[in-house]
Amino acid sequence: MLSYIARRLLWAIPTLVFVSFISFVIIQLPPGDFVTAYAAQLRNSGDYITEAQEALLRAEWGLNDPLLVQYWRWISNIVLHGDFGRSLEWNAAVSDLIWERLGLTLAISTLSMVFTWLIAIPVGVYSATRQYSVFDYLFTVFGFLGKGIPDFLLALILMWITFVWLNMDVGGLVSPQFEGQPWDLAKIGNMLSHIWIPLVVLATGGAAGLIRVMRANMLDELRKPYVETAYAQGFGERTVVWRYPVRVALNPFISTVGWALPALFSGDVITAVVLNLPTTGPLLLQALKMQDMYLAGSFILILSVFTVIGTVLSDILLALSDPRIRFS
Amino acid sequence: MTDIHTLSPETLLSPPLAPKEEFNADASYTAKPRTLIWWRFRKHKLAVVSLAFMVILGLLALFADFMSPYGPNTINRLNTFAPPNVVRVIHDGALHRPFVYPLKRTRDPETARVLYQEDRTKVLPVEFFVRGETYALLGLVETNLHFFGVNDRRQQINLLGTDSLGRDLFTRLLYGARVTLSAGLIGVAFSFVLGLALGAISGYYGGWLDAMIQRLMEFIRSIPTIPLWMGLAAALPIAWDPLFVYVLITIILSLIGWTHLARVVRGRFLSLKSEDYVLAARLAGASEYRIVTRHMLPAMTSYIIAALTLAIPEMILGETALSFLGLGLRPPVVSWGVLLQDAQNLRTISLAPWLLAPGIAVVLVVLAFNFIGDGLRDAADPYGQ
Repeated sequence: MLSYIARRLLWAIPTLVFVSFISFVIIQLPPGDFVTAYAAQLRNSGDYITEAQEALLRAEWGLNDPLLVQYWRWISNIVLHGDFGRSLEWNAAVSDLIWERLGLTLAISTLSMVFTWLIAIPVGVYSATRQYSVFDYLFTVFGFLGKGIPDFLLALILMWITFVWLNMDVGGLVSPQFEGQPWDLAKIGNMLSHIWIPLVVLATGGAAGLIRVMRANMLDELRKPYVETAYAQGFGERTVVWRYPVRVALNPFISTVGWALPALFSGDVITAVVLNLPTTGPLLLQALKMQDMYLAGSFILILSVFTVIGTVLSDILLALSDPRIRFS
Repeated sequence: MTDIHTLSPETLLSPPLAPKEEFNADASYTAKPRTLIWWRFRKHKLAVVSLAFMVILGLLALFADFMSPYGPNTINRLNTFAPPNVVRVIHDGALHRPFVYPLKRTRDPETARVLYQEDRTKVLPVEFFVRGETYALLGLVETNLHFFGVNDRRQQINLLGTDSLGRDLFTRLLYGARVTLSAGLIGVAFSFVLGLALGAISGYYGGWLDAMIQRLMEFIRSIPTIPLWMGLAAALPIAWDPLFVYVLITIILSLIGWTHLARVVRGRFLSLKSEDYVLAARLAGASEYRIVTRHMLPAMTSYIIAALTLAIPEMILGETALSFLGLGLRPPVVSWGVLLQDAQNLRTISLAPWLLAPGIAVVLVVLAFNFIGDGLRDAADPYGQ
């Protein structure tokens, strides 16, 4: 077991290096560099620097060095000093800008993942044990709709419906009058009336797919002889189903925790933009549009690192729950 | 390990949707594989309906300039945010040829908001083959003939209403279908090349090449796609030609989309590699290239087509999401994602809910491709069972 975990962790290292490199390349992709942007910003505020000064700055910040050298400087600053560079647009250190938003992104993603599982597992088990029942068809339809409706459209429609029917504006994390207020019960209550939309939006997309997976796995398992044996020994249906086949059918859930994370982050970006949530999404979008590349690159890096960690964790969980995997 | 892409079609789909029938035994012994595949596909009713829907939509998009009553960029100052016209057949309690009621434009005296009201006293019959704006059909024939429209100097027929500049949404939806659908197809074509090549190498040769390609695929799957797409798309200079940007966006989408296809191809290669006829071909002295192209690839064409069909909706969703965020295609290019940009805030939607129509079109197309793909996957192996 330990050796399996160690191997898995070792594999994560080259992936992390590669991910960080890609993030850095994205930072470098747009034409011009930090100094060009800096000079443009100075010009906007009425100041200006000469070509010679620009060249001097470039030399000082080492922007003429080869890509790999620059990459090394960037990543070693991050790893050793936690310094992600500066955001030009906000004129602040990137690390000051992102942590709070990342926290909220993680919270929403985790919550919606739990939500997804709470929907998908019982529904999948039900659909499989009561195959071809009315509810099975209903869930099938739901599954297809959930797969077909893009996140942002669902968010828009939910927002519109609550606005028209309940006359509530559910955009943002809290209503405008609560913004900047200290946290109290009223504010928390207000937040709860807002937070359900992103949760529902993110959970439906994920649950739609997982219900199908759960149903298919359960159908495969229910036909196996050990289930019949269990019935023959006189156990009730509930005991048989939940004690044996469900545990086997859960494997793909555990193994896709890692993949669910990137999907959730992706979904979160768009949903948050539509719903105007203070998560990473809108800030990343803004940074990309303004070509504020240190900020954007850091976001992409951190989201990817979370994903890699999530994948490793899910692999370890899977090995814990299914001995066949760690011995193969 | 089972996940949604490797599920057997039997357990995933067909039970609730496609009841099984017995083959006509005699005919099925002599039928060609292609006929068998069609027979099987035909049983999946939803897939057949979806296929018909997509063919019609494809034709509508191809002949968008003829089928739409107006031009996609024709601005009408006096017709902004006009609600959709309802085509009716009953006027004053009597049956009438299809017509619409003209809209009367007024302003709310307090808020100065533009209001539209149907004028029930007059009828505007829907005419077919009317003269309108000039365009070049398929880029070749100059003409001003439109499939339908109304003969009125001031009134328009807007089946899906108009946007903030008074442009006809139905027209723009058809023109947008061209870009959105073709983006899906081109993107899939790119991922097809990548996925087929890498999947084939991976499955056929195995060994360290396989391990490397597998790692690469795992790596690509572990990146959050939207942020990466956004990063790459944002790096494209704004000044570039919109058409070029469009091609680049589809390439960006396919750079991530190819992994699913590669998985399917690899899996098929692994299982076909040990088939007797492959061994026979090798013993007969066929070259590797010949074995792959003449013996193995034909055996998996149907699987590849099914996987490709299932990949198209991903591309379409990707394009729509990127354009919606303002990072993909940009106006003047008309795509469904670009159209949805107009429906981004609550105020506009509550004022003009019909602006969500492109979103419904996206949902329908994505579902249709999913059903077709599932039907094809069921039919892909006509000799199974």
